[in-house]
Amino acid sequence: MTQGNMQPEEYSKLVSKMTPHSRHVRGCFRAFWVGGVICMLGQALNALGETLNLCETAGPMFTSTVLIFLGTTLTGLGIYDRIGKYAGCGSIVPITGFANSVAAPALEYRREGIVMGIGAKLFTLAGPVLVYGISTSIGIGVIYWAVRGWLM
Amino acid sequence: MSELLIYGKAFLVGGLICVIGQILMQTTKLTSARILVLFVVSGAILTGLGIYKPLVDFAGAGATVPLTGFGYSLAMGAIEGVNKYGLIGALCGGVTKTAAGISAAVLFGLLNALIFKPHAKP
Amino acid sequence: MSRAGAQTLIFDNPPAIAAHISYAGPKEGQGPLSEWFDVVLADDLLGQKSWELAESEMVRRAVEQALKTAGITAESVQAMLGGDLNNQIIASSFAARTLGIPFLGLYGACSTFIQATLLGASLISGGYLDNAVCVASSHYCTAERQFRFPVELGNQRPPQASWTTTACGCSLLTANAAPGALKVVSGTLGKVIDLQIKDANHMGAAMAPAVCSTIEAHLAETGRTADDYDLIATGDLGWIGRNILMELFHHDNVGMPDEKLVDCGASIFYQEQDTHAGGSGCGCVASVSCGWLMKRIERGELHRVLIAGSGAMLSPTSCQQGETIPGISYAVCIEGGAE
Repeated sequence: MTQGNMQPEEYSKLVSKMTPHSRHVRGCFRAFWVGGVICMLGQALNALGETLNLCETAGPMFTSTVLIFLGTTLTGLGIYDRIGKYAGCGSIVPITGFANSVAAPALEYRREGIVMGIGAKLFTLAGPVLVYGISTSIGIGVIYWAVRGWLM
Repeated sequence: MSELLIYGKAFLVGGLICVIGQILMQTTKLTSARILVLFVVSGAILTGLGIYKPLVDFAGAGATVPLTGFGYSLAMGAIEGVNKYGLIGALCGGVTKTAAGISAAVLFGLLNALIFKPHAKP
Repeated sequence: MSRAGAQTLIFDNPPAIAAHISYAGPKEGQGPLSEWFDVVLADDLLGQKSWELAESEMVRRAVEQALKTAGITAESVQAMLGGDLNNQIIASSFAARTLGIPFLGLYGACSTFIQATLLGASLISGGYLDNAVCVASSHYCTAERQFRFPVELGNQRPPQASWTTTACGCSLLTANAAPGALKVVSGTLGKVIDLQIKDANHMGAAMAPAVCSTIEAHLAETGRTADDYDLIATGDLGWIGRNILMELFHHDNVGMPDEKLVDCGASIFYQEQDTHAGGSGCGCVASVSCGWLMKRIERGELHRVLIAGSGAMLSPTSCQQGETIPGISYAVCIEGGAE
């Protein structure tokens, strides 16, 4: 009677048969329109940056700063996780989702203190993004440096 | 008309990039943290291969707002850094270009945690 | 004290359940069992400064209310057996610190309440204790941050994910029963069973084989069938896990009428409450047992009920290291006093 008579392989098949799947089409539709709207908002901020006469470097910085502000503030107000529940990757993949992944653990762990709570946990989820993003960019820079002469 | 068109392009491309993430999340066991890493890294690599820049020119914020756009900024920064400072530019370029975003995330994340309290879910 | 087979204990002097109290959080209070809970909390924080302390406060209040109902003081209680899902079971031990009752901290994940009842009944039936209070709790916010993600993170849960209940159940077991009191008549220990489920969101699938094993052992060792029970309640498999369990019984040719088997996790929420697979957490089986099940036995609607609590033996570390999720299940049989 220890493991019944069922073997792990057979059980695995039974479990996948019995487990309902996520509703793919609905999930993708929601991700599409929410993600699209956030990007349109970014486009509007780009346009606003132009009217403010921000230069080519400062314009995108303005846009990402405002979006990150929105992402963290909506997290603090307890709204972003509801958007995320509805939209999935539609609100995870835009930069506002990155802001949410910074703000959520900071908020959650503030009771563990300013240093080891907020300070240490701020990048628990977003840290990997920086680690691998920055490392990849360095790699690309080095490769570009090595092949630059040959490209020109 | 062209004004509206750029918004349409941003909506379409941005939405589609999010759908790629959604499909990955629904069909594989990837958690959201892994998807974010994957998107940044692939954005940087596509930029290095010269594929992502045309997409940014086409769709504007539709390509820069998703996390692949963060990878794009990092990679573009590294390339510009190399042009300006040589090899050391590979180290400083990416972070320089994205410094505003990273600092904003730190600042707003910190302020946010000091101001708000987490909410229990209904 | 006697034994039946390898895993089942038969209590010759069956301890009585002198009081049972169930606490539920606001969301659980909107579920189908709301009227069966003794207390439905209006907020999750109970005036405390952290969720961990709130959970501990819930445990303390439930124990005090149970003692008050039974009319005895904390000083005269000889042992408190309990646990929760927090690291190093702080909710229960902090409550025990305030209550000043000798404490046995237990961990059986979501099966903790049944584990506590089984042990408490053994100690009383064996003559070592005159009384013992058994308690288990869980809190959505403390469990979520520990096992999954910060609550404010905007991500989606898959359909098989369960919702950790904010709830607490507490029962006071005594050697000397008032006439007509509920009795814990037998219990079955469980083995840790692993059919190599790795999906940390799919607790029901990880635990169903353990529940199947323990219930089958109980039935075989006591020489009974499902028909000898008015109800067989399982702890926190959820809707999907319950259906998997039915398939497992079918596979092993164990007769299990569909209407006999209820799952606490599948009963505590309406499907419309969007908890996906149903409720989980130590507090789920504890509050459903102390509320719905025990009250129905008292009212005479049920006479003999087998409750099989189930726990998933995972930690964030084991999951990140890619280990499979073993399950455990303990069962106790509770009978009404009226013959």
